[in-house]
Amino acid sequence: MATPTLSKTDAMEAAAAASPFITVTFRIRRFNPEISDEAQWQDFQIEIDPKERVLDGLHKIKWDLDGTLTFRRSCAHGICGSDAMRINGKNRLACKTLIKDINPEKPITIEAIKGLTVMKDLVVDMEPFFQAYRDVMPFLVTTGNEPTRERLQSAEDRERFDDTTKCILCAACTSSCPVFWNDGQYFGPAAIVNAHRFIFDSRDEAGEQRLEILNDKDGVWRCRTTFNCTDACPRGIEVTKAIQEVKRALITRRF
Amino acid sequence: MKIHKYDTVIVGAGGAGMRAAIEATKLSRTAVLTKLYPTRSHTGAAQGGMAAALANVEDDNWEWHTFDTVKGGDYLVDQDAAEILAKEAIDAVLDLEKMGLPFNRTPDGTIDQRRFGGHSRNHGEAPVRRSCYAADRTGHMILQTLYQNCVKEGVEFFNEFYVLDQLLVEEDGVKKSAGVVAYELATGEIHVFQAKSVIYASGGTGKFFKVTSNAHTLTGDGQAACYRRGLPLEDMEFFQFHPTGIWRMGILLTEGARGEGGILRNKDGERFMEKYAPVMKDLASRDVVSRSIYTEIREGRGCGPAGDHVYLDLTHLPPEQLDAKLPDITEFARTYLGIEPYTDPIPIQPTAHYAMGGIPTNVEGEVLADNTTVVPGLYAAGEVACVSVHGANRLGTNSLLDINVFGKRSGIAAAKYAHANDYVALPENPAQQVIDLVERLRDSTGNERVADLRLELQETMDACVMVFRTEQTIKTAVEKIAELRERYKNVSVQDKGKRFNTDLLEAIELGNLLDLAEVMAVSALARKESRGGHYREDYPNRDDVNFMRHTMAYREVGDDGKDSVRLDYKPVVVTRYQPMERKY
Ligand SMILES: Cc1cc2nc3c(=O)[nH]c(=O)nc-3n(C[C@H](O)[C@H](O)[C@H](O)COP(=O)(O)OP(=O)(O)OC[C@H]3O[C@@H](n4cnc5c(N)ncnc54)[C@H](O)[C@@H]3O)c2cc1C
Ligand code: SF4
Ligand code: FES
Repeated sequence: MATPTLSKTDAMEAAAAASPFITVTFRIRRFNPEISDEAQWQDFQIEIDPKERVLDGLHKIKWDLDGTLTFRRSCAHGICGSDAMRINGKNRLACKTLIKDINPEKPITIEAIKGLTVMKDLVVDMEPFFQAYRDVMPFLVTTGNEPTRERLQSAEDRERFDDTTKCILCAACTSSCPVFWNDGQYFGPAAIVNAHRFIFDSRDEAGEQRLEILNDKDGVWRCRTTFNCTDACPRGIEVTKAIQEVKRALITRRF
Repeated sequence: MKIHKYDTVIVGAGGAGMRAAIEATKLSRTAVLTKLYPTRSHTGAAQGGMAAALANVEDDNWEWHTFDTVKGGDYLVDQDAAEILAKEAIDAVLDLEKMGLPFNRTPDGTIDQRRFGGHSRNHGEAPVRRSCYAADRTGHMILQTLYQNCVKEGVEFFNEFYVLDQLLVEEDGVKKSAGVVAYELATGEIHVFQAKSVIYASGGTGKFFKVTSNAHTLTGDGQAACYRRGLPLEDMEFFQFHPTGIWRMGILLTEGARGEGGILRNKDGERFMEKYAPVMKDLASRDVVSRSIYTEIREGRGCGPAGDHVYLDLTHLPPEQLDAKLPDITEFARTYLGIEPYTDPIPIQPTAHYAMGGIPTNVEGEVLADNTTVVPGLYAAGEVACVSVHGANRLGTNSLLDINVFGKRSGIAAAKYAHANDYVALPENPAQQVIDLVERLRDSTGNERVADLRLELQETMDACVMVFRTEQTIKTAVEKIAELRERYKNVSVQDKGKRFNTDLLEAIELGNLLDLAEVMAVSALARKESRGGHYREDYPNRDDVNFMRHTMAYREVGDDGKDSVRLDYKPVVVTRYQPMERKY
């Protein structure tokens, strides 16, 4: 077989080897009730390679400038869902957002996600979010005798709910939803995504129950299809579509 | 300080911890203490798959799997444990499917399987399809499925609780577990959990390397807590360097990419693995592939301006196959490198990946205080533990398996123990050690910074105890670590508060990494042979006469208060397979 063309890779390697640092301003919404009841913006200037992540910038600040800056993070590559935050007014994962992709010429604003109580700096209280998740019965329910081997599922049936299995419970969607901002009782997109994951799983037998839960006044009907959630999802899940499918299932009772 | 009482306490909510919790909750009053929200655990980052000889797509059986595991581990595997792992693999996968895990399916609707490094048909004849998977998100699906089932079973979690000390009490001349001490991130409060049994499932320790696939939070807290209390750590010199990390970043690109047909190439476009492993080629075991990559680089055939990496080439695979089987890792290449894997090769280098060593246990998950004595009431499972099913080198897909098989076993064993036994009385001032540690770091005005020491440690480890080691490099590491441990005494933190003080916790985590790095380097220095992940250029051959034995490292405190590592050794359990030369 032919040697692959190396053009794009070559260019990337050359650019990486050059490693041009630039100066960037991070404008961060600080809040620490141990010190003050007021939140305030604070600017930090850092030297950073634009191909690095916003999370790398936050680490530079925490490690070199101000150890009190507080945020959650773990995996650093978009898989654990720890670091959803509002970056330049949009919900994103700090570890999946490269500096160069968000116009480093201007100060980059970073604040906690909205709609959940801020505990300190970029850390919010995740409990209400996880409670909504737990409320939709996010687990497989089956009846009858267990088969000795695996349950069979066709590749098509498996594909039916593939999109919603990707959720990492980062809350970027729920905390970008204007309905949720106004009324924290709304289940929010993430809980509906996780209900969808089971409602459309051919092996599951509790679809009706989950639909009844979501038929509640705080359920799917609150969604006003603003698509903020779909835009925010770092896993590329078609969140609004999933919510629409649940609504349709509620009307037709077919899923 | 608050005191809680539970039958069973589980430290960690990754795959091993939650698999244990699902069992233990049914049998005993159980609490799971975890420094991360359960779904943030690094099990979620696992990509490629979980091994089990289901034989859904081709002939396979557990005995072949056992053999591959023993051979893959370069004969340092305890063969009785490997046999359990391979036999119970089948039920472990079926359990997960029944819990709801969305595996990829074959055309007949059974669980699909793919190839993975070191897994072979009939004792090395050819690669076999043994890895059960869900695209390249198998760990994510396992973590989600286990969390879902914990919700279903009503498991009680204490989220963002950092366990910092293990309480051991001597009763009738026997060291027993009395519970653990934890620090609550939200409030800074210290909690004592008295428990009849404790299971450590706190994961790996990869963060002492710089280029690593491990999360920032994988700092070996469980290993360190036990080690400081005088319990041994087994085989810590064995660390796995995965061949395909994203160049410079270390983010993992699963071996499944090569399982799907991906090829490693040097700067001349040559498929160099053909030279090093004529049969298994790109799917030889990880230690072999990582060394081959560095050999190419050292001999001037590396890629890029500095010649410091090689390529993972997926360009000959159909885009549909990449989309269906490797969606996440291809996205990583796009996001972090700006490279399109359909058309361009991906720059990779070996990345520090997996701790084969850890807290020694027997096959029930009971922790060992020496070569034979168990610590009543103390258990460990998952990457924190060393059973040892991975020996000197873990096979891909055997860890997701390990966490399920031994997570379940330890959950059952610990809960049963809690039923049959009473609480051990807490020692006086049980939280004192943790209170002292926290206060010392918070009040310190020393001039050393956590980030500086950590970076120096990571750079030392990358340079000195990575894929290639020599007496000289390891000694350099030992000296440097000793210096860093000394300087650590002058570390101070800027955040003096109680609320979400992650500054303080990073300092504590660094202390753990330093202690464990010392154990690793000292263990590596003494092992004058090459085996699996431990490769000594000055001793390039395996030496079964002197070194077919597990290292057991103990912390000893001298009369002057100084601590050091004392090494001892434990025999390997051999049942069916006599050591042979390892060829792929
Ligand atoms: C990128 C990547 C890909 C991988 N791919 C595969 C694969 O395809 N197949 C395979 O078999 N293996 C794979 N592995 C290895 C495997 O995923 C891990 O070894 C395994 O998931 C570890 O699980 P665990 O439950 O032991 O630990 P983790 O999942 O790391 O969980 C550790 C838990 O302990 C908690 N914890 C840690 N410290 C404390 C403390 N002080 N107090 C309280 N709680 C604490 C954490 O909160 C967390 O919940 C991969 C590993 C990586 C890094
Ligand atoms: S649906 Fe997307 S944005 Fe919402 S929680 Fe899941 S991963 Fe995050
Ligand atoms: S740190 Fe894990 S998703 Fe960003």
